Amino acid sequence: MDEMKAEVLEYVIEEYVDEDDDDEVTYDTALISSGIVDSFSMVSLKVFLEKKYKISLPDSEATPEAFDTVNSICDLVVKHQG
Amino acid sequence: MSNIKSYEERLQGFDWDYAKEVLDWQDGELLNIGHMCSDRICAKGHADKTALIWEGFGDATAQYTFNDLRVLSNGFAKLLQDQGVEPGDRVCLFMDKVPALYVSFLGALKMGGVAQPLFSAFGDDSLEVRLASAETKAILTTQKHVKKVRKILDKLPALKTIIVVEGNPAKLKDGELFYDMNEHRVEDFECFQSGPESQSVLHYTSGTTGQPKGAQHVHSSVWGQALTTSWVLDLHDDDIYWCTADPGWVTGTSYGIIGPWVLGVTQCVLDSGFTAARWYKFMQDNKVTVWYSAPTAIRSLMRDGDDLVKKHDLSALRHLCSVGEPLNAEAVVWSEQVFGKAFLDTFWQTETGAMMITNYPGMKIKPGSMGKPFPGITAAVLDLKTNEPVDEPGTVGLIAFRPGWPSMFREYRNQHDVYRSKFVGAADDATPEQCRLDPDLWYVSGDRASIDADGYYWFVGRDDDVINTGGHLVGPFEIESALIEHEAIAEAAVVGKPDEVNMEVVKAFITLHKGFEFDDMLELSVMNFIRKSLSPLAMPQEIEVMEKLPKTRSGKILRRYLRSIEWGEDAGDLSTLEDD
Repeated sequence: MDEMKAEVLEYVIEEYVDEDDDDEVTYDTALISSGIVDSFSMVSLKVFLEKKYKISLPDSEATPEAFDTVNSICDLVVKHQG
Repeated sequence: MSNIKSYEERLQGFDWDYAKEVLDWQDGELLNIGHMCSDRICAKGHADKTALIWEGFGDATAQYTFNDLRVLSNGFAKLLQDQGVEPGDRVCLFMDKVPALYVSFLGALKMGGVAQPLFSAFGDDSLEVRLASAETKAILTTQKHVKKVRKILDKLPALKTIIVVEGNPAKLKDGELFYDMNEHRVEDFECFQSGPESQSVLHYTSGTTGQPKGAQHVHSSVWGQALTTSWVLDLHDDDIYWCTADPGWVTGTSYGIIGPWVLGVTQCVLDSGFTAARWYKFMQDNKVTVWYSAPTAIRSLMRDGDDLVKKHDLSALRHLCSVGEPLNAEAVVWSEQVFGKAFLDTFWQTETGAMMITNYPGMKIKPGSMGKPFPGITAAVLDLKTNEPVDEPGTVGLIAFRPGWPSMFREYRNQHDVYRSKFVGAADDATPEQCRLDPDLWYVSGDRASIDADGYYWFVGRDDDVINTGGHLVGPFEIESALIEHEAIAEAAVVGKPDEVNMEVVKAFITLHKGFEFDDMLELSVMNFIRKSLSPLAMPQEIEVMEKLPKTRSGKILRRYLRSIEWGEDAGDLSTLEDD
């Protein structure tokens, strides 16, 4: 789980955080509700998770709330890893 | 009793002046949409009525009366004036669905500016193309989105003013101005004395070829928007109305700002992304009575099941309408089952400015049909070869309209040839005004349909390669141009692929440069590349690598062939296909 959290956090920073943004992003940082990840951009984050962890996330569970922090994202991934 | 009373009776002796009756309009009043949606409503005695109920992520809420709209939009109008923005200048509104978006829209119009709302999820390239085309003078945005503006600023010489309306002022860069609208209540502002043909709103729309085109609207569009809002959306004084569209697109301005507010009706806005539970709770809490949404959202709600609906009290709902793409019959039937009301489909587009073919309160609904032309609109389906109106029921042709309705777009900004090309029979040297006022021409929408024996229109599909994904039109050329900017991609072709919820999603066919191997990570890299440069809507949901793309002998990529494979359709004449 810790390894996964680190990977997801690294991906979020790489793809969604601007280089000149000096706000620290942690496992508990609100991503969607703070605007770091636009809700329309959740699609590509979902694709990343599905490809990286070989899972399928139902659209009904890929909600703004479930994607709002690295911690909640990883909980969702673990749930679907069975 | 519905506002329209009887569709058939309204057809008799129709006159667009009905809009003036609906608005209780007197000759000599100021025809300025910003003024009409705020000052005028207050002057009619509704200053203390709630105009906007807003909810965002978490517990964020806000409410504004029509008097708030009046003084706060005055504040924006004065701000823009003080910054040197002049009547006719384009003022871009680039933000999420925050209250400042709605208020600044009115403020820009009040000072004579041309409001240019842009979808906040647009990436740098999409933003640059539209701001450069419009020679935008000022942009209002938020701290969240100003970063995208900074990246392209040096390519936009016309852009003189950047105003940040939300966020942390300490995070701004030199040359950026912070403005909290709630701290600037301006009692008096002398509105720009606009006339019927004064420019009001500029919306960009995608086509098959070239970059997006700016469809220019004028203040007299309000007649069409007011009358369709009254007769189709059937808004009454005591309604609580929710239009789910984003004002970055035309529905969000014509019916998410202008329509309800010019009639003095309370509207709600939810700015927290889509989840079925949140939407139902929002409607329950705010006792929404009239709901205007999109088939993609409706199908998503269907997918989430009926039980969720039953957990909420939606008894206030009395009228439902839909726009953006064809509403399938199953969704109409479902809405009748779970809400007790059918969604009424409405058809129109950025260029038309207001509804053109719709279903009406009181008129028999045929699930899956677009309905019938709005009174005052002369519509037809034109033969695909002769461009003559077809008489035979069920014959598929091009949806076309006789020009001249009030909310019709006046030009594609700086593209008169493209504008002219939308009119069947226009002379080669016809000006936009001549095209618009010639009753013998047909404006061709770019969509195909048939008409049944009862006069109902049935949507068939686009007549071009434009992709309709979730109700948003995406131009293949724009995506293909961006794709070949990716280091791994040599050539690209983009088509729409069928999708259960979004109707279509973007599928890209690509060839790779030597030395690149296609794998999951490269696919993701390409997706993110497009998401960031254009928008999440333009992001391919599927990418297929080919050895070579199908082309004509003259080297033109045959999108039609690729699309036919995706849709399982006949590709038509392939005699021009390049041999292997």
